[in-house]
Amino acid sequence: MIAEPLLQLSGVHTHIGRYHILHGVDLAVRAGRLTMLLGRNGAGKTTTLRTVMGLWRRSAGEITFEGRSIGALATPDIARLGIAYVPETMGIFSQLTVRENLLLATGSAGFDEARLDWVLGLFPVLRQKWQQAAGALSGGQKQMLAISRAIVEPRRLLIVDEPTKGLAPAVIQHLIDAFLGLKQSETTILLVEQNFHMARSVGDDVAVMDDGRVVHSGTMAALAADEGMQQHLLGLSLASHQ
Amino acid sequence: MNIAPALRLRTGDLAPALVLPLLALAALPTMSFSTWLTFTIAGIAMGMMLFLMASGLTLIFGLMDVLNFAHGAFVTLGAYVAVSVMAGLAGWSAADSWSLNLAALLVALAAAIVASGAAGLIFERLIIRRVYGAHLRQILVTVGGLIVAEQLMVALWGANPLPLPKPASFRGSIVLGDVSIEKYRVIALVLGLAVYVALHLVLNRTRIGLLVRAGVENREMVEALGYRIRRLFIGVFVAGTALAGMGGVMWGLYQELVTRAIGADMTVLVFIILIIGGLGSVGGCFVGALLVGLLTNYVGFLAPKLALASNILLMAAILLWRPRGLFPVAKE
Repeated sequence: MIAEPLLQLSGVHTHIGRYHILHGVDLAVRAGRLTMLLGRNGAGKTTTLRTVMGLWRRSAGEITFEGRSIGALATPDIARLGIAYVPETMGIFSQLTVRENLLLATGSAGFDEARLDWVLGLFPVLRQKWQQAAGALSGGQKQMLAISRAIVEPRRLLIVDEPTKGLAPAVIQHLIDAFLGLKQSETTILLVEQNFHMARSVGDDVAVMDDGRVVHSGTMAALAADEGMQQHLLGLSLASHQ
Repeated sequence: MNIAPALRLRTGDLAPALVLPLLALAALPTMSFSTWLTFTIAGIAMGMMLFLMASGLTLIFGLMDVLNFAHGAFVTLGAYVAVSVMAGLAGWSAADSWSLNLAALLVALAAAIVASGAAGLIFERLIIRRVYGAHLRQILVTVGGLIVAEQLMVALWGANPLPLPKPASFRGSIVLGDVSIEKYRVIALVLGLAVYVALHLVLNRTRIGLLVRAGVENREMVEALGYRIRRLFIGVFVAGTALAGMGGVMWGLYQELVTRAIGADMTVLVFIILIIGGLGSVGGCFVGALLVGLLTNYVGFLAPKLALASNILLMAAILLWRPRGLFPVAKE
């Protein structure tokens, strides 16, 4: 059975100043699945995520979440629907401790200890750095903190922008393991990624963007098996990135 | 990039924190010990009053990125409200009773906090919210706001300077050997320290404080976590202007005379403090205010004509050493 889209973008256009960045994006993120958003630099992936979060306003088109239109909502209201966002810059508060960064993502009741144990089980290093300023963490540890902050409370949708950017291979493997762990909890994830090894390892579905549009949608398995399509859509072979 | 935390002083911040004792020690050989102690205590007390006036502005700039040149108007409003309250409570203020004198001061402070906070709320809703993110427009409308606010206060309290005598028990000095300490400065010191500790606790021990600290660094991410930062902006603006009003009461009582320009006259000094401490940093503002208070008193004694210039030179020296101030705030 095909899962219903949790998040759907239909003909979404976004302008940043006088620049027309998104040219009618159509994208469906199905519930319980991990959808990869791939594409070359400048294809519009980050703009798509920021438009979903209301950080940049769509100029046309429709964005729905669980069937409800969210295109006109303010960012805090979108987040309160249960959408967590990890930006490309990670958005870590470097002057706050690891604990304080995570605490900000919880409700007024504070941490759910069982949930926190599960999250810190995915990234045990954060337990050791609990009271340290987040600014003192390594790049990989900051990314782990950013993802932990997004999942420290149960969310309906997790949106992550290029989590492996600039990270060492060992850390990337750790993140792959963490995303595989997240998939087991049936979290719906929309993941922008340039690392094709990771994309193939964790992706269920895939959408490929080019020039502000989604030019291909399908399953990750189908794209991974078709080198010709990889060359055509991405200019690269997934196999060459293993 | 390793940037020192802005809102609390940690061991890693030792070098900039040492500037304060170094300045005090550097002044010691230039005068007798008793004179040095007198001016050091006076300088710390003055620094505390400056901190009251500047702390709100640094919070407003740090979180909201708003350059509020009208901040002095809220200082002035606090001072004028104190004039009215103290006139109404003249019996308490003139009584030979320490507790009645203190009560008069506390009532004046409370009234100034309410008045300045309420004026701040109106100012934010009517003017500031329209210029978020536009520094040039902020400068223009807040300078204009300062002029309008001063004229409104002239309409209410008149154009002539008004006396604001200290309560009876706070006049005079405590003399310990050769050291003379003005009683009022002790009151100012205690109040300033209490406000700093309260701000420190709110910022570091409460969720609101956590949000303010996070918002100072990255407003967008705070919103992406589901918090409506505009509400936080309003709260911080009101708190900042209320603190300015409190500073106005203390500064007005220190001067014992209130003019329509009492707040505007402090604007340059307040901005020097903010720049020295690091824009947006409460801890930096505290250290910056103490540095300015101490330097003003030492130089005022040694070379009075250089008092204001000395603060500008101090700011220049600190910026040469740390271009973003002593305790810069990391911003995304």
